[in-house]
Order: sequence, then structure tokens, then C-alpha cells
Amino acid sequence: MIEVVHLSKNFKNQLVLEDVSCRFERGQTNLIIGQSGSGKTVLLKCIVGLLTPTEGDVVYDDTIFTRANFQEKKKIRRQIGMLFQGGALFDSSTVEENVRYPLDMFTEMTEEEKKERVNYCLKRVNIVNSNHLFPSELSGGMKKRVAIARAIVLNPKYLLCDEPNSGLDPQTAIVIDNLIKEITEEFNTTTIVNTHDMNSVMGIGKKVVFIFNGRKEWEGSNKDIFQSDNQALNQFVFANRLAREFKTPEK
Amino acid sequence: MFRLLSHIGNYFILLGRTFAPPEKRRIYYRQFIRELNNIGINSLGIVVIISAFMGAVITLQTAYNTENPFLPKYLIGLGCRDSLILEFSSTMVALILAGKVGSNIASELGTMRVTEQIDALEIMGVNSASYLIMPKILAAVVFNPFLTIISIIIGIIGGYLAVIFTHVISPADFIVGIQYAFIPYYIVYALVKTIVFAFLITTISAYQGYTVKGGALEVGVASTRAVVFSSINILLFNVILTQLMLS
Ligand SMILES: Nc1ncnc2c1ncn2[C@@H]1O[C@H](COP(=O)(O)OP(=O)(O)O)[C@@H](O)[C@H]1O
Ligand SMILES: [Mg+2]
Repeated sequence: MIEVVHLSKNFKNQLVLEDVSCRFERGQTNLIIGQSGSGKTVLLKCIVGLLTPTEGDVVYDDTIFTRANFQEKKKIRRQIGMLFQGGALFDSSTVEENVRYPLDMFTEMTEEEKKERVNYCLKRVNIVNSNHLFPSELSGGMKKRVAIARAIVLNPKYLLCDEPNSGLDPQTAIVIDNLIKEITEEFNTTTIVNTHDMNSVMGIGKKVVFIFNGRKEWEGSNKDIFQSDNQALNQFVFANRLAREFKTPEK
Repeated sequence: MFRLLSHIGNYFILLGRTFAPPEKRRIYYRQFIRELNNIGINSLGIVVIISAFMGAVITLQTAYNTENPFLPKYLIGLGCRDSLILEFSSTMVALILAGKVGSNIASELGTMRVTEQIDALEIMGVNSASYLIMPKILAAVVFNPFLTIISIIIGIIGGYLAVIFTHVISPADFIVGIQYAFIPYYIVYALVKTIVFAFLITTISAYQGYTVKGGALEVGVASTRAVVFSSINILLFNVILTQLMLS
């Protein structure tokens, strides 16, 4: 479980997040949705501690992360797997080295064990026979999948994804979404996914938090999203559905 | 002025984070070897080429500018040797490395920053500053003295070849010159300068790259700034070290 409590974030004079509170349960895919620039990435970075909130707290199960000391923070960080918008694979390392990196850095496994674990994770995301390729040789969808493999290699309790299917074609996007959902259920992780894609909302949005201009405007599940009479939310949903109905590509 | 001070402050904060004890020695060692190759071995070619030509040019210029018949000819060899040791192989080579290594470091770290690779390291709980920057500093500080020594040797060989091909003086005079009144302390002075310059190039360029905000355009800007600020600092510390060590 991850909980955000009255969280605000300013950059100099610009208020990006204002008094956001929400709770993300374990074993299900929690979505943060909103249009570009609404503050989703900033919220996610506050949650993992890459940014320090101006006000408010972030709670990981029984630890208040924002008030934890260095050692406690480190312990929690080791349990977080994060998938960045562009994948953030290390350019100078191969697929295998990328996935293996957290094992090298944080475990005392033998070479054999590492190899086995790496191959298991790569297979789990359907990457085979690509161990020696470099990130520049991979397609967008493959990069994302390798990044997922790297994020789960240490068996994380928390899985955070920033726009996992931005820049992907709709079909590949669905594959990635489903992969995230399956992994969440299989490993029982607390998963948070940032997205502006209504397809993802309908596909995997067990719990949805809608951010609008830095405030939490609405929350619920993808089942009640069409019943809402929230104007900003309807605009967001409608804009996306319109696009789909006219069958124009989203990007 | 305020911006300059805040940059200097942030530079030292980054240095503080960089010199934290390594979390896994074996991995840092692997990085160190990689950087030794990137920063050191890969600079060997350019240093050799430039040093050979500069040695030749220094010799010829000294020869053509000392027409006075009362000056012994071997002074030309001595001039070549001491210019190389005192100034060329330490400072000039450092300036050239600032261009090559500095821009390389800044663009590598800058790209890692804007593509969130540095964030990815931080999330995993890795001290990214230490992991990425320390091996580069160590590699340059360890390897650049060798480059300087190699540069001196190649420079003298270049001068000798120039003498052989142009006959400005006899090769024997040149050989006498390069052995005449040799002051070993000059080598110490050159190596101290080299080590300080290596530290300046790697840390300033790393700072520029590590703190990039934005996208590809800003990475380019950072890489230019890395070269400019490294060069200015090399020149500044050249004066300071010379005053401290030779006065
Ligand atoms: N490091 C930063 N410094 C200043 N402003 C920022 C920073 N990061 C994000 N912002 C601003 O915060 C707002 C929200 O950005 P972001 O969270 O990236 O939106 P998105 O919902 O598209 O992920 C934007 O207006 C952006 O300009
Ligand atoms: Mg974003």
C-alpha cells in the first residue's frame, strides 16, 4: 500500500501539485490520469523521493517515507521498481547487463544465479535471444519490456510506471499494459501507473485518480468513470473517446 | 556574480557526494577500468600526434630565432626539452584533453540525466554521483601523468627528427642539449600540474553534465561549457601552481 497525504509541490513560484491525497492498494493496478502537464510525473517523482514535496507525506505500508531517515529510505528504495517514460536503460550496457545491474549492485548471488534470474525476468516480458543487444538496437516496445524486466528483477514490493505506453503503437501499448497488470497480480505488488491513455484506463484501471491542474479532481474505478458528472473528467474522457471514434492516431 | 557563487557551491556539494565510500568495490573497479580505457587509452593517439609535431616545431623555432653565434648550439635541444616539460606536455596537453575528454564526459552524463538514467540509478538506491563520476576522476588522475611522460618523450623524439631532416644543428648537439643541466624537479612540477588539471577537467565537466536540465539542446550547451570552464581553470591554476612551485 502506498498513501499520499496532503501533498503539495512548488517549483519556485509555480504551484504544480496542491493538497493531493490518495491511497493505492496492493495487488492491483492503480492509475494516475490527466492531460500532459497536469503534474503526474511530478507526483510520481514525489512518491519515490526523486523530488521532495513542499508539504505533505508519502507512506509506504508502515513507513512514513518523507520523514524516514537515510537507512530506512534506502531500504524502501530497494523494494521499488520504477519504469521511466523513455525506459531509461543504460546506453552503454547490453540488455542482459541492464537487467543484471541491480543484482550486481545489491545481491551476493553467484554468476549462475544471476544469469538464471535475468533470463527468467527477460522471458517473463517475452524478450528472448536479445541478451547481447544494446538499447539503441531495440524497438520502443522492446525497450519498455527490458525496462520492466529490470524493474522487477529484485522482486519489488512496489512498481511505479511513468507513461509506460507513451510513444508506442496502440497494439504494443495494450501488450505493455497487460504485462504490467499480470506482473502486479503475480508478484502482488503495489502498482501505480501514470497515463493519459483512455485505452489503459479501460483496460487495467482498477483504481483511477484523475489529476487536473495539480489537484485531485476525481477518483474511482474505470467502471464508474462514465457515470461521473465531473466536468473536467468528462472533458478528458470525451476527448479521448472522440479521438478513438474517429479512428485517428492519438499522436 | 551570485550565479557564479552558487555554481561553485553546487560544484563542491556534488564533489562531496562523489567522494562517498563505494557501495560495491568490485563494480566500481569495473567502472574504473572502463574509464581508464575511455579517458586514458583513447587519448593516447591524439597526445602522441600533437606532441611529435610540437616537439619538432619548438626545436625549429628555437633554432631559427637564435642566430647569435656566441650561443652554444646545444641550447636548442635544452630549449626543446624544457619547453615540453614545463609547459607543453602538461598545460597544452591538458587543454587539448579538456576539449576531448571534457566534452565527452559532459555529454555522456548530460544524456544520462535527460533520459532519466541517473534517476533510475537513484531509485535503485545507488549513489549516482559517486558511481558515475568517481571512476572518471580516478582514471584521469592515474592515467594522465603517463600521458604527460609519453608526451615529453615523443616531443623530444619529434624535435630530434626535425633536427635530422633539416640539419639546423647537428644531431649530436641536440643530444647534448637534451641532457644538459637537467632539473628533475621540473618533472615533479609537470606531474603535479597534470594531476591537478586532470582533476579539474573531470570534475568540472562532470558537474556540467550531471546538472543538465532539459533535453538534447541543453546537453550540447553543457558540453561546450565543460570545455570552456575546464580550459579557463587550467589556465588559472597554471599560473597559481607555477607561482607556488617555481618562485
Ligand atoms: N524540475 C522542474 N522544475 C520546474 N518545473 C517543473 C519541473 N518538473 C515539472 N515541472 C512543471 O510541472 C508541471 C507538471 O509537469 P509533469 O508532472 O511533467 O506533467 P505530466 O502530467 O505531463 O507528467 C509542468 O508545468 C512542468 O513545467
Ligand atoms: Mg509526464
